[in-house]
Amino acid sequence: MTILLYLVPAALGLGLLALAAFMWSLRSGQYDDLDGAAHRILSDDDVRVD
Amino acid sequence: MKIAVDYSSFLRPETGGRFNLEWAVEGVSSADAIAEIEGAFSSIPGLSKARLNFTTRRLTTEWTEADCDPSPAIRTLERLGYRVAPFVGDAEESEEDRYTRWLLRCLAVSGFAAVNVMLLSVSVWAGNVTDITPETRDLFHWLSALIALPAAGFSGQPFFYKALRALRQGDMTMDVPISIGITLALGMSVYETAHHAEHAYFDSALMLIFFLLSGRVLEHAMRKRTRSAAANLAALRSPVASKINADGHVSEVPSDALIAGDLVLVTAGCRIVADGVIETGQSQIDASLMTGEIELTAVKPGDLVYAGTFNHHGALTIRVSAAGSRTLLADIEKLIDEALTYRSRYVQMADRIARVYAPVVHIAAALTAMLWIGLGTSVHDALIIAIAVLIITCPCALALAAPVVQVITAGALFQKGLLIRSGDMIERMAEIDTIVFDKTGTLTLPEPSLIDASQLSNDALLMAGRLALSSHHPLARAVCEAVREKQKRLEPYPDTQEITGSGIHCVIDGVEARLGSPSFCSVPAPLWNKNASVLAFRYGSEAGLISVGQSLRPDAIETIKKLKAKGYHVMILSGDHADIVCKVASELGISEWRGHVLPKEKCDLLVAMKEQGHKVLMVGDGLNDAPALAAATASLSPATGADVTQAVADAIFTGKRLSPVFDMLMLTRKGKRVMIENFSLALIYNLIAVPLAVLGFVTPLIAAAAMSGSSIIVALNALRARHAETFNS
Repeated sequence: MTILLYLVPAALGLGLLALAAFMWSLRSGQYDDLDGAAHRILSDDDVRVD
Repeated sequence: MKIAVDYSSFLRPETGGRFNLEWAVEGVSSADAIAEIEGAFSSIPGLSKARLNFTTRRLTTEWTEADCDPSPAIRTLERLGYRVAPFVGDAEESEEDRYTRWLLRCLAVSGFAAVNVMLLSVSVWAGNVTDITPETRDLFHWLSALIALPAAGFSGQPFFYKALRALRQGDMTMDVPISIGITLALGMSVYETAHHAEHAYFDSALMLIFFLLSGRVLEHAMRKRTRSAAANLAALRSPVASKINADGHVSEVPSDALIAGDLVLVTAGCRIVADGVIETGQSQIDASLMTGEIELTAVKPGDLVYAGTFNHHGALTIRVSAAGSRTLLADIEKLIDEALTYRSRYVQMADRIARVYAPVVHIAAALTAMLWIGLGTSVHDALIIAIAVLIITCPCALALAAPVVQVITAGALFQKGLLIRSGDMIERMAEIDTIVFDKTGTLTLPEPSLIDASQLSNDALLMAGRLALSSHHPLARAVCEAVREKQKRLEPYPDTQEITGSGIHCVIDGVEARLGSPSFCSVPAPLWNKNASVLAFRYGSEAGLISVGQSLRPDAIETIKKLKAKGYHVMILSGDHADIVCKVASELGISEWRGHVLPKEKCDLLVAMKEQGHKVLMVGDGLNDAPALAAATASLSPATGADVTQAVADAIFTGKRLSPVFDMLMLTRKGKRVMIENFSLALIYNLIAVPLAVLGFVTPLIAAAAMSGSSIIVALNALRARHAETFNS
């Protein structure tokens, strides 16, 4: 049963990682414009030289 | 006259010395829009960022200096067929945004915790029937507790706060049994874990929170979408006032920012943005939004004009009057307040069920405990069974039943061009049996439109449309709109010249083209017609008359026919002259109508109908309709209606067609039917699960399966609300 010592923390760690990733994406506004992302990928002139 | 447009009053300072300016954009429909709109702004000096949000239809621009001039970009966009207006966000909307984000965070935490605890729970369930040692099981239970307690404490907050508020007010909502269920499930599980028991309900508690939160997140996302669309409409409709400063320089300011004593300029073809007294200029104004009458009123210096009226002919300068003297609006607002008290607070189905449901299950749980103690079981076991009853009856499916349907129905309505203010109007709208229409701007189009252009060839009409593009005159706009229906993209001619009061002309391929009054185009004027204005177009030797006026919405006749076929009682109450109302009524086949109705009378008539037991839907756009909208069972207003009117209406419909009224009624009817099905499904689940729990058969495994099963069935069934018989089907 010593395997649990590795597996349980590993499982929880991965879960926490996903949670942290979601929180980051939420904070950086990635859910603010879901439709826009779908359309932006179709326009090819979005690389502009400023 | 060239007006220097100054948008600086809309700029909001950002960190780093930058300024933010947000715009509402109309006409965004394809992927090209993003490149076109952002591209139009990109060449403007002083701009550091322009990004279009496709979901909210808003463009955020960031500037490095405060004296920016975005007007070239706006002109480019208007030529491409977009409409843009500076947008000022309101506090309520950003508050709602923050709340939605908080809910999402709660949802993420409960989702993470539910999945991980379920991982541990499944191991325990599998171990219980094979060879798990009590020590490993305890370890797993304690690990679950370690995850579940903080996670539930964090993500359960939306329910706990609401339940506390409800209890403090002596009210009963679904949040109360939910909070009790979650707390008891967690408390009992900790107690059982401490006593090395086989079963713990950590997973059930977390799953419950997760399912319920998903319902709430959806509900808020739906509300956010319709709310932001409605806010955009408001920004586009009466966005800015042209304020004349002391030095004679004209700047654009939000119309809300005007104060009494300000001088504003209203050009021909614009809505008057504030109540006031005319200082200079003469014109004819259309006050149909206030009175329902379509005849134009002549105004001169010294006359009082109201916000929302439409300036047809000449430029006016208006001295904004003090808020206290807004007599008409003040009267209407008093009527609205009175009318709102008639609209008795409608109790939603879910709340009505909650009021009965919560006491019933709590009594059932108490009886279960007493029954088992009476049968000789230990107090501990009896309490465990009683708590299992509470967990299994925790109204997961019941609490999801209505919100999920509301979300689906609101989404379907949104696609039909209807923006609803809140989900609870669906139940009220579904009960409607009588529909009362206003005439002007509701059954008819709000703006004058092209009635007849048969004297012109298609090519000539196209030219007239392109020429009209350069004018802001309402009649020119009507020609433009009509041509746009045939050809979406219209290019204006360069070097057009407008002669105020006569028309517009330019030279195309060496030949002069004119659009304007018949005399301006040297076309013999026809006999005077009360219901239409006449324009003429001349290109070389080709010439003809174009008549423009009030016309019915394109699908009005068919919509009314369909509504009558569905058994709705339809009538017209209008503030306009009886003979005009009569003509429209006979055209639409409506036998019951009344003209010259005052706002107060409209309201009283609706109240009388309601007292006879009718459920009345009021559809209207004018300020004179607002009290009636407030008094009706449910109300609907076109997006072109007056601000006050839209604020009172349950829903707003966009576009030129009347069919949204039909779609609204059909979709809400279907929505309510599905809601009732959902409540029945949730109750059936309880009828099966509760006896099992009372008899002591419910293990955590069964609780988890039953709870998620019933929630998923309810959510899937809600999807059916999307499909209702609509106008086009």
